[in-house]
Amino acid sequence: MKAEAYRTITQEINGFKVNVTSYKIGEQFYCHVTNVDPDATISRAEAVTRGEAEKIAIEKATERLKPKN
Amino acid sequence: MANYANPDVLVSTDWVEQHKSDPKVVIAEVDVDTNAYNEGHVAGAVGWNWQTQLCDTVRRDVIGKADLEKLLGSSGIGNDTMVVLYGDNNNWFAAWALWQLKMYGHKDVRIMNGGRKKWLAEGRPLTKDAPAPKPKTYKAAERNESLRAYLRQVQDAMNSPRSVMVDVRSPDEFTGKILSPPGLPETCQRGGHIPGAKNIPWGKACNEDGTFKSADELAALYSGQGVTADKNVIAYCRIGERSSHTWFVLKYLLGYPNVVNYDGSWTEWGNLVNAPVEKGA
Repeated sequence: MKAEAYRTITQEINGFKVNVTSYKIGEQFYCHVTNVDPDATISRAEAVTRGEAEKIAIEKATERLKPKN
Repeated sequence: MANYANPDVLVSTDWVEQHKSDPKVVIAEVDVDTNAYNEGHVAGAVGWNWQTQLCDTVRRDVIGKADLEKLLGSSGIGNDTMVVLYGDNNNWFAAWALWQLKMYGHKDVRIMNGGRKKWLAEGRPLTKDAPAPKPKTYKAAERNESLRAYLRQVQDAMNSPRSVMVDVRSPDEFTGKILSPPGLPETCQRGGHIPGAKNIPWGKACNEDGTFKSADELAALYSGQGVTADKNVIAYCRIGERSSHTWFVLKYLLGYPNVVNYDGSWTEWGNLVNAPVEKGA
C-alpha cells in the first residue's frame, strides 16, 4: 500500500488562503484542508473518490472559517 | 547532509526504508493532524499523539518524567535505542517530540528529513497494521531545563543586547493582524509580538518537498536578521511547537551553542496583563 496521486492545490475560502491536499491510499481518497501558514489542519475527509473527499473537506473548512459575528 | 553542524540528527527516507526493521531503531510518527497516522504509516512505526501523549494533560507543561518513561518503554524504546521521528507538515511535531526527548537526555534521536509528506510523495510503502513493540524499561534523566526558556528569562532577554528573540509565527500573527492562524482557536487577548523580536517564520527553513534547506541557506536566513551564533537565542511561536522546529534547526543544523525554546510563547505573553507588545512589522 502506498500513497498515490498526491496533489496540493491552493485556493481561497471565506477570504483565507488554504491548501487542499489529496491522495489515495488503498481504496480511499484522503483530503486535508490546511491553512497556508502554518499549514495546520482545518478539516479532513475521506471518500472513495477524490472529488467527494475534497467536497466534504472543503465544506467543513468553509463552516469553520465562517466569519464570526 | 548539506554541511550541517550535526548531520547525524537527520536520516533520509531511503535510510528509513532500509532500516525500518532494524531492532536497534524505533520509528515514531508524530503529526499535527493526529488522525494522519491511521491513514497509513511506515511499517513498524509507533504513533504518538501530541495532544494527549507529549504533554502534561492536567497543567500546561511538557510530558512528565514518569509518563515519558512509560511512553518510550511501551514503544519498545530503551536508553540505547535510536529513535527516528517523522511527521506531517515538515516534521513540525516531530521536532516538538525531539525537543522533549532531548530534555530528558535521550542520546540518539533523529528526524527523517522531509517527514511524512516526502514519504507519501515518493510513493513509499505504508501500512495500517498496528505495530507490536516489545516493551522495554526506560530510565529518563532529570529534565534539562536549559533547553527551555521561561517567562522571566524572556523578560530579562528583552533588554539584553546579547540576546535575540525569533518569532517564528506567520507575518500576520507577528504584526498583530490576526490572533491565531485561520481555523485555529484564538488563545490570546492581544496580537503583536515581543518587542525587539525578529520575524522568521519557521517554514522558511524547509524546501518545498519538506526537507531542510542547506546549511548555507539556513545561515543566510537567520544571520541576515541578526540571529547569529554569538547570541543567546530564544525561539517562540504561539504554543511552542513551531518554535521547537526552529530550535532544532538553530541548535543542530547550524550548531548554535545557546538557543532555547520558549514554549509559553504568545499564548502566555499575549495574555499577560501589562506586558509590552509591539505591533506591525
